[in-house]
Amino acid sequence: MPIAPASALSEVTASDQALRRFLHGLPGVDPVGLEARAASLGTRSIKAEAKAYAIDLAISMIDLTTLEGADTPGKVRALAAKAVRPDPTDRTSPATAAVCVYPDMVETAKAALNGADVKVASVATAFPAGRASLEVKLADTRDAVAAGADEIDMVIDRGAFLAGRYLKVYEEILAVKEASGAARLKVIFETGELSTYDNIRRASWLGMLAGADFIKTSTGKVAVNATPANTLLMLEAVRDFRAQTGTQIGVKPAGGIRTSKDAIKFLVLVNETAGADWLDNHWFRFGASSLLNDLLMQRQKLATGRYSGPDYVTVD
Amino acid sequence: MTTETTPAGPFAYAPAPESRAVVDIAPSYGLFIDGEFTESSGQDRAKTLSPATEEVLAEYTQANAEDVDRAVKAARKAFEKWSALPGAERAKYLFRIARIIQERSRELAVLETLDNGKPIRETRDADLPLVAAHFFYYAGWADKLDHAGYGRNPRPLGVAGQVIPWNFPLLMLAWKIAPALATGNTVVLKPAETTPLSALFFADICRQAGLPRGVVNIVTGDGRTGEALVSHPGVDKVAFTGSTAVGKAIARRIAGTDKRVTLELGGKGANIVFDDAPVDQAVEGIVNGIFFNQGQVCCAGSRLLVQESIQDELLDSLKRRLATLRLGDPLDKNTDIGAINSAEQLARITALADTGEAEGAERWSAPCELPSAGYWFAPTLFTGVTQAHTVARDEIFGPVLSVLSFRTPDEAVAKANNSQYGLSAGIWTEKGSRMLAVASKLRAGVVWANTFNKFDPTSPFGGYKESGFGREGGRHGLEAYLAPATPKGER
Amino acid sequence: MSTVEQNRLSVFKTYKLYVGGKFPRSESGRVYEVTDSKGKWLANAPLSSRKDARDAVVAARKAFGGWSGATAYNRGQILYRVAEMLEGRREQFVREVAEAEGLSKSKASAQVDAAIDRWVWYAGWTDKIAQVMGGANPVAGPFFNLSTPEPTGVVAVLAPQESSFLGLVSVIAPVIATGNTAVVIAGEKNPLPALSLGEVLATSDLPGGVVNILSGRTGEIAAPLAAHQDVNGIDLTGAGDELAKELEIAAADNLKRVLRPGSAEYTADPGTHRMTAFLETKTVWHPTGALGASGSSY
Repeated sequence: MPIAPASALSEVTASDQALRRFLHGLPGVDPVGLEARAASLGTRSIKAEAKAYAIDLAISMIDLTTLEGADTPGKVRALAAKAVRPDPTDRTSPATAAVCVYPDMVETAKAALNGADVKVASVATAFPAGRASLEVKLADTRDAVAAGADEIDMVIDRGAFLAGRYLKVYEEILAVKEASGAARLKVIFETGELSTYDNIRRASWLGMLAGADFIKTSTGKVAVNATPANTLLMLEAVRDFRAQTGTQIGVKPAGGIRTSKDAIKFLVLVNETAGADWLDNHWFRFGASSLLNDLLMQRQKLATGRYSGPDYVTVD
Repeated sequence: MTTETTPAGPFAYAPAPESRAVVDIAPSYGLFIDGEFTESSGQDRAKTLSPATEEVLAEYTQANAEDVDRAVKAARKAFEKWSALPGAERAKYLFRIARIIQERSRELAVLETLDNGKPIRETRDADLPLVAAHFFYYAGWADKLDHAGYGRNPRPLGVAGQVIPWNFPLLMLAWKIAPALATGNTVVLKPAETTPLSALFFADICRQAGLPRGVVNIVTGDGRTGEALVSHPGVDKVAFTGSTAVGKAIARRIAGTDKRVTLELGGKGANIVFDDAPVDQAVEGIVNGIFFNQGQVCCAGSRLLVQESIQDELLDSLKRRLATLRLGDPLDKNTDIGAINSAEQLARITALADTGEAEGAERWSAPCELPSAGYWFAPTLFTGVTQAHTVARDEIFGPVLSVLSFRTPDEAVAKANNSQYGLSAGIWTEKGSRMLAVASKLRAGVVWANTFNKFDPTSPFGGYKESGFGREGGRHGLEAYLAPATPKGER
Repeated sequence: MSTVEQNRLSVFKTYKLYVGGKFPRSESGRVYEVTDSKGKWLANAPLSSRKDARDAVVAARKAFGGWSGATAYNRGQILYRVAEMLEGRREQFVREVAEAEGLSKSKASAQVDAAIDRWVWYAGWTDKIAQVMGGANPVAGPFFNLSTPEPTGVVAVLAPQESSFLGLVSVIAPVIATGNTAVVIAGEKNPLPALSLGEVLATSDLPGGVVNILSGRTGEIAAPLAAHQDVNGIDLTGAGDELAKELEIAAADNLKRVLRPGSAEYTADPGTHRMTAFLETKTVWHPTGALGASGSSY
């Protein structure tokens, strides 16, 4: 698979200066206005069949995630089983999009999924801090791909980004993309560390120029992860990138999305910002774990008319 | 009722109507005078409709000159005690009112949406919170007037005759009544003829709050009632929000009298977008500026002035955004664009938009089906507009945006100021010095920089030039209701 | 010997209008007789026409941008300079006021002194009024919100008919202190101190057109000014009740800010109301970033 920046914009990555000029020439973001827009979309009232649609869509978009030092094959197998059949009492529930694990658990996950239509995503590149040499990051990536990962969730070098060394970040993404081979690449910005919305917009364009298949908010390992505002901003970026280059890129908010209500708000953001073309798990994902159970309980409520409880969904 | 005429797609939002059951509208209303609902001395009645469906909501009274006289006399009688009440006591009444409004905010939001046609999203999230906040703000002033900068022991004027419009019925009532009462005046208020209900419900709130009789009187009716009120010799202070034409008539009518007046009138706000604007927020600001409340806002950003270098790009974004606006049942919680308030207003908007087309401006609306009953107008853009077009000069008071371009900041300022009005303006730029320079040169009472249509009880609001005079809101808003601190002998 | 001096024929002064920093005669070419309180001829004053009023408005409008855009400090310096210049021509004004108002020399002196002091008072106000009348508003949201007073624009001023100099200064100075420009109609019967004031203003660094002084029939000059669409405010101090009402009606055509006449006592503390009558309040909003825990708040 050829790795090249969208041709329309090839010149902007020709040098560090050109890249900086381009990124700093992107329209600024007014934080108050951005947050107000996100909050306003958050007041949409999603009822009845729209809610049922949204819940199933959200389930299908989950990258069901376990990224703990304490992960074991048993834990990962349980996760895989749940991803394939989220609600043991109701086979109509869709499967999640993927399971997301550390590279050393990819093989276990792959085996446990046993050919089901659920992808295996693996974090790589010295996740979550990304503080390692490029060689180590690439080895990490190749490892995951060799073990059967369908998707790679990489982290950018936030230190380099904040130091203004955009070309370094860009080239690293290019290299990881190449190492990922056929696997789809999600590029994590760790928006909580980038700290400003202007930086998030710049990182989004940097990632997209470098060939990201998805841009992703965060690792889930810092204080601030996915928010409606930073996700809205990234949805604007993929919308604008497609308008400019014709290339569609996915978005993945991760961390902190725990309730159906939250998930539906994010889907409203997708629907009214990037548009219906992104309402598909090929283009939008949730990095989450506990979210799934809440969606399942809401799903049961819609099916039966009564409120469900935690004993009626599986513990992870 | 109306079908939701909104963007289709896989994620179509199901109807989410707010319940009407929370409001109990009486079939018929009298006049609230001297603390109770009374009958008119005449027989004139009128009906108020739901502009979204044309359903008759209630019948109300067309107050005549005798009724107005009775109301002014009741207010005059109440003035003596009310103005003598310690400020701290007046404050407590206003705090009570504020709290009751909060308690009944859902009911009042639904009522306002029914009578006005604006989306419940706006009455719930903008009108009602601002109404309560306004009463809270001025409640706190009632016992602090000595510190307001209007001299020691400033005195109220007496009876305030207040005439309010239909675009924000309850909010305009709050803007008028809260400062008047806080300063010790008593009030005769006339709501607009197409939206009398929330003011009549407010009468009940006054009752619940135990407000002394005659302090607030509500007389309903059309322009004849308003004229009788502002002309009444017993009225010491006239406060009017509405059209510039009526504002001028009032100014003439009170010439040579001792009546004080504040006028909050029309506008043709320029929303100026520079090439370094935060574009996505600017698009939101443009939409909010002209489509909030169907553009029936005196401070609407009805003229978009966009720097020529980014015009095409911005218009593409704007059109894409307009395609996501949801027009339909105002009670649906997902509705962005509600109904036009009246057949008369719809006719005016339609006529002005037709003029725009006839004069050669290019008209565009997002594909949008309008409900068959009720008064509706699709959000509309005019491009290729110049200063010479009617749609760039006349206030349309509807969801119609005129797009003009400029090349330099000087040109933007010159075009923005080239208007008989001077109420509001917007500036979108990421450059601080440019924002401040342009803001200082705009002849407008409210300048929103990188935002639009924001309101707050602490923030003075009012116009330059033919947009009226006097300020409502903030410390400034007290001045209109206090006798001026002038040297002895001067009035 | 001394008789030669006593018999010296004095040089009369030709009183002229003050418009746009120049001293034109009336466009009408007409004058009217000005007498002292006992009916003795003092001088001929220009009888201004509608066209003089129109020209004065053009001059005032032209001067508005520069004067309103000058720093408040600069305006204060210039108003103070007016006081300095008057101090130097004190005797002339004492004589003119005494003749115009039929006052004793000591009473006229008191009027002139008070008028000079009034310029000093308003000179000090130029850079304080914004702090007194404006300020930050604590809105309930992430916005910086500031209200500042701004001058209304071109203001027509009907100077008082009685107090030919103290009253005149008391109505002009507050209008221009805040950055407005003025078209002043001098008291009809006693215009000479006003016309002389023009000469002082012309030498006080006050930009031409900031104050324009017309003499003549108050009603005739005021009517076109009240109806003029490029005049933003009108001070009716010098109008009687009937004229004031007429002018207020005309002023409604473009919603001029109107200061109604009042029986003025010019020796009292002037307060601020003459300034605030011709001030607009502009409120500017700008978002602040919420410095919250959202991590991406700027």
